[in-house]
Amino acid sequence: MADKNGFFDLSKTAFTRRTALKGLAAGAGLAVAPGFVRYSQAQSSAPIKIGFQSHRTGIGAAYGRWYEKTTAAAIKAINAAGGINGRQVEVIIEDDGTDPGRGAEVVGKFATQHKTDIVFGTLFSHVVIGSAPAAGENKMPYFVVSEGHHVASTKLNRYVFQPGITDVKSQIQSMAPWIAANAGKKVTQIFPDFAFGYDHRDYLPPALKAQGAEVIAQIAIPPTESSFTKYFPQIPPETEVIYHVMVGPAVLTFVKELGEFYGSNRPQLFGFIDSLEATDINSPGLEFLDGSHFWEGSPRYAQPDDSEAQKAYRTAVGIDDNGAAVGDPKDVSTAAHMFGCWETLYVVKKAMEDAGYKGPEDRAKLVEATEALTAFAEGPEHPQGAKTFNGKIHQCFGIQNISKVEGGKLKVVHKTKIEDGLYEAEGDYTTQAL
Amino acid sequence: MSDASPVKAYALHLGVIALLFVLSFLLPEYYHGLLSRIMVLAVFAIGYNILFGYVGLLSLGHAMFFGAGLYGAGLAVIQLGWGVPLAFVSGIACGAVLALVIGLLALRTTGVAFMIVTMMFAQVFSLLILYFASWTGGDQGMVVPQPARVLTFGATSLDLTNPTVRYMSALALFSVVLLITLAIVRSRYGRVLIAIRENEERTKMLGYDTFSNKLIAVVVSGTICAASGAAYALLFGYVGSSFASVQYSILPLLWVLLGGAATTLGPLIGTVFMYYVIDITSGYTSAYLLIVGIALILLVLFFPKGVLGTIRQRWLGWLP
Repeated sequence: MADKNGFFDLSKTAFTRRTALKGLAAGAGLAVAPGFVRYSQAQSSAPIKIGFQSHRTGIGAAYGRWYEKTTAAAIKAINAAGGINGRQVEVIIEDDGTDPGRGAEVVGKFATQHKTDIVFGTLFSHVVIGSAPAAGENKMPYFVVSEGHHVASTKLNRYVFQPGITDVKSQIQSMAPWIAANAGKKVTQIFPDFAFGYDHRDYLPPALKAQGAEVIAQIAIPPTESSFTKYFPQIPPETEVIYHVMVGPAVLTFVKELGEFYGSNRPQLFGFIDSLEATDINSPGLEFLDGSHFWEGSPRYAQPDDSEAQKAYRTAVGIDDNGAAVGDPKDVSTAAHMFGCWETLYVVKKAMEDAGYKGPEDRAKLVEATEALTAFAEGPEHPQGAKTFNGKIHQCFGIQNISKVEGGKLKVVHKTKIEDGLYEAEGDYTTQAL
Repeated sequence: MSDASPVKAYALHLGVIALLFVLSFLLPEYYHGLLSRIMVLAVFAIGYNILFGYVGLLSLGHAMFFGAGLYGAGLAVIQLGWGVPLAFVSGIACGAVLALVIGLLALRTTGVAFMIVTMMFAQVFSLLILYFASWTGGDQGMVVPQPARVLTFGATSLDLTNPTVRYMSALALFSVVLLITLAIVRSRYGRVLIAIRENEERTKMLGYDTFSNKLIAVVVSGTICAASGAAYALLFGYVGSSFASVQYSILPLLWVLLGGAATTLGPLIGTVFMYYVIDITSGYTSAYLLIVGIALILLVLFFPKGVLGTIRQRWLGWLP
């Protein structure tokens, strides 16, 4: 952490010390906070400082905790291997409360108080979107691990990147061929009536149509709903696949009531594991999911064909074969997403090395170096799999996993290709001024 | 408050404005940016204080007025391509119209019923934002593009994303609203509002139309809150539904209670206090809300009328 030298930085003002002291006395009420600090510029030998905008509290806290664990493991590995450009890496964590207003303040705090080199690690879409203007205004490279389509939509700004996890549009597009070929061609969607659900509502129908399948009903469930039985009669009887992406604590009730509604004679079920991240798949009430399929970014359960890189990554992060914390089987990880922290940090490392990054004055070079990246090979730095990167839309593309619930575990039954998730760019960040 | 104190009162308020101006040159970068945000949100608290502090009407729905300003200005820029001045006026107008409608309906109730009715209207407003997601961006919200956040006067332009311009814009808004509030509370109308708070029936008996006076107060309060929301959208570039959630109806209540209800400067003190406590404690523990809670309890114990309210009661009776 940087040093704390005093209350006010007077170096850039025309005030005399006496005048300033008068002002200081008048502002004593404000200055009671010990946070009025001055931070010295990073020296070339000083650590590279990464500001981690963490969801420590609020709705994203379960993700935030595992994002922190993964980040700590990646930084430990990077530092053990010599750091970045010969400098050690230090992570400074600030809690954004999973709130977009606070998120923007935290980005400002990293830029102007902690003087970090980059900001990193945000998951929830509304926090990313709320924080992006602050990143752009402070010219602060902002590497998010969100999976939202907001970055690739090119509606944010040139300083926002998502190089370590694919976006939801790409994920849905990748799932469609397998669903149409293996689960069924008449699909009913059940989704929460807010943005995460809207991504699925909007992107799945065209993706399925391209595969000769169709969405025959879309059932939006208000986020405040706690019982779902009344919605199930809306599911058309000819439905072959129920595509569900319910999230939050209500998912347990949702699955239980769906099971009671259908009994043993149900359509195929396909869901996104986002619903059950950090939740034990063997929790009471989830038995109905047996035999159903889920999207997973990275598999929660160890697979027989796991690469050495995947095994090493799991060991480094501290998750066992069931995807729970080593020594605490009840502490289930957010494995499908948190690998993105690990991989993003290695992208940052690569881009900083390519840019010859020395300090905040090189942030623009870092942006350009990141945009110049095109592909990441599978290996210790990218254990989830190989990826391509589109520098114009600041978004990576990679493989996806489709897993089946079998015997209380998730078994990967299909891996998509990178090409399955590619789509036409919707804009070009590189045309924006730095 | 005595009639002999206008000079003291105005001098104090102008002094606070001058102090905030000087702080712009003294504060480190981060606290400079933070104070910009605090001043905008203090305007929100000032608006809330008009109704809560001076009329005694406890609303749990003021987030809708802040949200009306936020979306009224933000959507005007994003969806209609309007410039900053027109968008700001649009935000204020949205808040004023909404406050008039809500006031006409909600003022049929008092006390707990008023709280519940305002909270329900705010909930409707919040759900409408989610329902019209294709326009509003739903729960994810929308970014007001940086190039659009420029104020142009002929050949001169002011970039609202520039920290100094943003600080001074926030200070200008805060100063205008603070002085208007001071003028209101010192006016005959302000005394009528206080009379309504103290004893509405007696005020009626004295010949005052209390409904009309309360309605005007709701509109003034809502308009000020909308001005804060509009400024937030234009100065900080984000329009999101979380700002219309119940949390943002409770926050101004807390800020006002902390600083001192029915004091003109209390909302600023409360907002500053809450912001700094959260900012500092969140750096040490994720249980910072526990510390905030303890701080609030201590304040209630030792400053039952809020910081300025207690100071006024014990030492400075002339404080407005």
